[in-house]
Amino acid sequence: MRATLRIGVLAVQGNFREHAAVLRLLGADVAEVRKPEELEGLDGLVIPGGESTAIQRLVDVYGLDEPLTRFQGPLFGTCAGMILLGRDHLGLLDVAVARNAFGRQVASFEADVELEGDDVPLTGVFIRAPRVAEAGPEVDVLGRLRGEPVLVRQGRILAASFHPELTADTRVHERFLQLVREEGHVRA
Amino acid sequence: MAEHGTMRVKSGLAEMLKGGVIMDVTDSSQARIAEEAGAVAVMALERVPADIRAEGGVARMADPTKIVEIQEAVTIPVMAKARIGHFVEAQILEALEVDYIDESEVLTPADEQHHIDKWGFRVPFVCGCRNLGEALRRIGEGAAMIRTKGEAGTGDIVNAVRHMRAVFGEIRRLRGLAEDELYTEAKGLQAPLELVRWVAAEGRLPVVTFTAGGIATPADAALCMQLGADGVFVGSGIFKSADPMSRAKAIVEATTHYSDPEILARVSTGLGEPMRGLDAAALPPEELLETRGW
Repeated sequence: MRATLRIGVLAVQGNFREHAAVLRLLGADVAEVRKPEELEGLDGLVIPGGESTAIQRLVDVYGLDEPLTRFQGPLFGTCAGMILLGRDHLGLLDVAVARNAFGRQVASFEADVELEGDDVPLTGVFIRAPRVAEAGPEVDVLGRLRGEPVLVRQGRILAASFHPELTADTRVHERFLQLVREEGHVRA
Repeated sequence: MAEHGTMRVKSGLAEMLKGGVIMDVTDSSQARIAEEAGAVAVMALERVPADIRAEGGVARMADPTKIVEIQEAVTIPVMAKARIGHFVEAQILEALEVDYIDESEVLTPADEQHHIDKWGFRVPFVCGCRNLGEALRRIGEGAAMIRTKGEAGTGDIVNAVRHMRAVFGEIRRLRGLAEDELYTEAKGLQAPLELVRWVAAEGRLPVVTFTAGGIATPADAALCMQLGADGVFVGSGIFKSADPMSRAKAIVEATTHYSDPEILARVSTGLGEPMRGLDAAALPPEELLETRGW
């Protein structure tokens, strides 16, 4: 396994630059992904927040659907990224995701998220955020907002309904890179 | 416990729109076309800027019926315009739960000296600018997103380019100044000192910066992105063209793949007539919208 992890960020639309900045800060080598061939050689991939309908359309037009489904490495989706990973889109995460489930922008908010195995809560920024309406038996809850799941993991897939890339707290991205390292050992 | 309407939450929505296209729409069927084409948001209007320009008269906030119709038609964010300084139009738009308010020079200004105090609102605002000082004054008043103005309703990109060159060029110049030169610089820019310092240190505006005014083709959108815009607003350029759906899709793709000339060539092909347009340089000064705002 290489010393430096090579992480892709799906960059068709949305908040990809901020994810890339956090990942670089944590020592990863980051590549922007807009076309299928750019998935080659990546250890992991982030699907950022943005407008899920716009991202979905650009994923369809440039034939990224199937390559994303075939991608073997760990995936981390935030907000729109969680929607894309869920049952109704790529189907890689066994979660039914309800879009804009907290309401319009005036209902967007920041609040403490309780992380599994960590006593210090994390500030979650929720922007027209989706909700986990239902999760399958293989889905573990790693973060909760007032008891409700907002950070979930199923094997190599991690998904958040909030935006860890909008705060200076890097704990969620660190967990993702840890997951990438563990999966790398398993696959190698 | 949950905090609403913080600057992080307001500017956060703009962060999610980056790399995207925000389209002017005047009814639910246009809104659905925009959404299907991949727009990241729509701007709900009664008339697009080209028609406001052609018809004249006082241009005001849209009728709430229009805004609600468009909100019901799509799931992407819906923005709407208030007149410069018309804080009651803004209060009404907030009550309608629009996702962003554009305090816009495209409408007839309601106040010749003051813009809306945007800090008091939970809904975020986007404002236009022609240069760095204007951008920082708007951010000082609480704008959570900036767009360069261009000249709306012309289909002529030249003013948008001038405004982007001004904003991004002034930022590059600030970066080279010494700390003790920033006081005089802030005075010259007529902008808050703390914001001038922030920009000099970070080399960008503290909020997402889109381009507006005159974008009519995929090449125009990609030009704005290559010049440093975070995304584009397209007003009259889509629904004043011969084939709005094809053009809307092409502009969306050009905004994502802005640095890939082969994709730009493909998406620019066979779109039919663009909007007819007006030469912005030939407009008499009293017809310019860009000079509204202080």
